[in-house]
Formats: sequence, structure tokens, C-alpha cells
Amino acid sequence: MQTNKLTRFGIPLLGALAFLLLWELATDIGAVRPIILPSPSSIFRELASEPAWFAEQAVFTLGVTLLGFCVAVVVGVAFAIAIVEWPLLDRLLFPLFIGLNSVPKVAIAPLFIIWFGTGAEPKIAIAALIAVFAIVIDTALGLHSVPPDQLDLAKVLRGSRLKVLLRIKMYCALPHIFAGFKVALSLSLVGAIVGEFVSSQKGLGFAILTAQGSFDTPRVFAAIFILSILGVVLIGALDMIERVALPWHASQRKAAGH
Amino acid sequence: MAALDRLAVQPVAPRVVPERAMISASGVQKRFGGPKGLLALEDVSLDIAEGEFVSLLGPSGCGKSTFLRCLAGLEKPTAGKLLLDDKPIDGPPEKLGIAFQRDALLDWFSVLENVLLPADFGGYGRKAYEPRARELLAMVGLKDFADVYPSALSGGMRQRAAICRSLLLEPRLLLMDEPFGALDALTRDQLNVDLHHLWQRQRMTVGFVTHSISEAVFLSTRIVVFSARPGKVAEDIRVDLPDDRKLALRDTPDFIRYTHHIRGLFEKMGLIHD
Repeated sequence: MQTNKLTRFGIPLLGALAFLLLWELATDIGAVRPIILPSPSSIFRELASEPAWFAEQAVFTLGVTLLGFCVAVVVGVAFAIAIVEWPLLDRLLFPLFIGLNSVPKVAIAPLFIIWFGTGAEPKIAIAALIAVFAIVIDTALGLHSVPPDQLDLAKVLRGSRLKVLLRIKMYCALPHIFAGFKVALSLSLVGAIVGEFVSSQKGLGFAILTAQGSFDTPRVFAAIFILSILGVVLIGALDMIERVALPWHASQRKAAGH
Repeated sequence: MAALDRLAVQPVAPRVVPERAMISASGVQKRFGGPKGLLALEDVSLDIAEGEFVSLLGPSGCGKSTFLRCLAGLEKPTAGKLLLDDKPIDGPPEKLGIAFQRDALLDWFSVLENVLLPADFGGYGRKAYEPRARELLAMVGLKDFADVYPSALSGGMRQRAAICRSLLLEPRLLLMDEPFGALDALTRDQLNVDLHHLWQRQRMTVGFVTHSISEAVFLSTRIVVFSARPGKVAEDIRVDLPDDRKLALRDTPDFIRYTHHIRGLFEKMGLIHD
């Protein structure tokens, strides 16, 4: 178990450290100009110089990401249930939904500023818009993935549609839904940054944009560093929620050797 | 062949009318996919009395499962009449027991919750049926597994739990579609014995689809042999074997006479040959 843990986490960590060391050396000997690529140590110095300010920006971006994600979850899951339960709605709305999704969301961002102003709302809307598609697709796929035997059983037991949805279809869909959530959460982080790029006085996107304006490359990298940490932590948290929420699924995966 | 015909097996006349038919099928036809589609059942007529254990036996794709699904109200015959208690079957009847080849247990509920599903879906109240669910689980040796997820059970244990689920509402009619088809031979034998005991106690009417000759003879009071597609009743056989059946029964001449006769039927149909 101990050696297992060491090989699982130790070796990737070793790789990351070697990468940082090489990077540091390359910048120290002057092979790369600091304005192009600052050294890791200068990036960490930048972070350490104003931790409170960086934290404030990170919290803002995190808030926008999570709120956008939540909106996407509510809207996306509800929409998927509606189109799966009422095929007429599927035919009526799904092509339109696909069409709307093919519009590049980044192109809509300026429009949202006009509609919702310059506060947090347009950023949340963009984050939700970018994230919602993955949730709808995966939830609908999951709701359709019920084995035919289980549907026959539900019919024979004369369960109401609501009970079939809540006791069978939703559970069948949950692993798919969580897969969709993971994609959607990463995308809503992208959406939050896009929103902040377009117009903002706050957030890591704003930090990157202003630092770029003054060629403050270490600050740009510091913000990117926080963003990548945020991304990893968010997905990790979702993974943990999935394991707690789907104990039967987790145990099955373990049994299957994943 | 002539020797086979002389074997003392009592085929039931093509259309026996029991004193009180619980199920009555006459000229049942099922065609899938429109008027030119696949003809699964051609002309099935048979009556089943209350308390009979009837096996539907036949080659793969002979329509025996389709007939069972018609009885369960999952399919509608395209022609003919299919009555349950003198009323046409239109959708799944109330308190019907059903078991499938794959157990169809819900992985996200505990074994007990799975067994209680019919009470929950039918709106009979889970609390009211919990004692019965536990009693059924105890009867099939799953007393200590009530609170685990089905993924912790072996294939045979899962199918036992599925049978408990099918018996929860004390069904008058139990339909089983090759329930032991996916199990290993040893587990299958054991479950045959278990099912026989359960039937002895409850005496519900059973429709049992299988393609195992010895399983059908061991369990049934009557065997309906289907011909290859399109499905028709090839022969209707009454099984006059002792009521309290043990596995050793399968080695007795009486038992072998039945299996021999049915194998002869399949040979005549050209389904098996040496």
C-alpha cells in the first residue's frame, strides 16, 4: 500500500519538480527573457507579494464559475428531463438547441454585457451558457440508457411516470450526469474568464488582462497558476461528491478494477 | 421414432378446457413491425387453470417469450383473444409477478429495497410489506443480505432476490422468462429446487419460459412445447410426477420418459440431431 501510494503520487510529483527546476535554470542562465517567460520563483514571489489581492480575485472568479455552473445544472437537467419525457418537446426544441449551441459563445459575451450590465451577472450567464450543453447532452443520454428489462419491470409494476423517473431513470443517468458535470465545470471556468476578459473590474481574468496591459508577465503567470489550481480542485471536489452520492457506482467501479 | 411414440407420455388434447381457465388464449398471433413484419406467434391457443405450473418450452426465437410478454401485458397480440379471468389483457395486470433472465435488480437500492419495489411502485406501501420481504429473503437464504447493494451478490443470489421481488405482492400469476438462463448449472439446479418449494407453498399459477427440457419437466405440472418460428403449440404435455420433487427425481425412469419424449419432439422438428 505504501509503495503503491509512493508510485502513484510520488513519481508524477517528481516529474513536476524536474520540470520546474529546468524552467528555473533556463530563466536563471538567461536563455529566456523574463518578460517572455518569468522564472517559477518570480511567479511565486509575485503571488506572495499580494496574497490578499490574488485571493480576492480568485474568490470572485470561483463564485462566478460556481454560480454559472449551478444555473447550468438546474437549467440543463430540467431541459434534458423535459425532452426525454416529452418526445414532442424533443422534436420541437432540440434542433433549435443544437443550432444555438453552434454559435460561438465568446461572440455572444459582448451582447450579455449590453443585456446584463457590467456586474457579475453577465459573467455568470456566459459561464452557464458555455456549460449547459454538456449537461443537457449527457443527462439526456443517461436518461435513455435504462436497460430494457428495467423498463419492462417498471411497466409490469405499474409505477407512475414520476416514480419511474425518480427511482430508475435518474439513478441510471447519474453516472452520465456526473461525467457531464465534470466537462461543464471546466467549461464554466472558461466562461467566467471570458466574461471577465470582455468587461470586468474584478476576477482572475481581469487580473490577467490588466497585467498583460503593463507587460507584467509574472502577474499573468501567477493568475494562470491560480486558475489551474482552481480547475484541479473543482474537478477533484466533484469527483468526491460523485463517490459519496453514488456509493453503488463507486463500489462497482472498484470491483471492475478502475 | 416408432419406439418414442409408444412411450407412455400423456399429451393433453390440443385444446383442453380446464374447469376454470384463469388464462385463455385462442388464436393468438403476434407480428412485429407492421403487416409484412416478422411473425413471432402464428396461432397459439391454450387454457391455463389456476395453480398450474406451465412451462413454455421451445427453441430460441420460437415466440415463447413473446407469448409470455403478451400475458404480462407488455405486448399486444395482433390477432386472437387473450383473456385473464375472462377479461382481455390490456396492459400489465394488477399484482403480477415477473422475473427476467437478467435479474433487473436496481444497483442503487439495497436488496431489501429492490424486493420492496413492487409495493412502492404499486402504491401498496413499503412499510406494510417489509415483514413479508424479509420473510421471503430468509426463505431463499438471503436474510443477512437485506441491506447490501446487489453488486455484492453472486449471480445466483441476485436471481433469488429477483424472485423474492416477483413474489412480494403474493401474485396469483407469476411469469418467468428464462429466469435461470444466465446461471451456472449447479446454481441453476439449486434454484430449480428453491422455486419448486416456493411454488409448493404458494400454489400460484406460473408461466415459465425455458429451453431446458429437464428444467421444464422438473418444475412443471404441464409443458407446452412450441414449434420453431412462427410459434405454434406443437404439443401440450401433462407432467404426472410426484408433487414433492427432489433433484434425484431426474434420474428416475418416469422423469427420463418425459425428457426422452420431448427430445424426440425436437428431433422430429429437425431442431436437434445426432
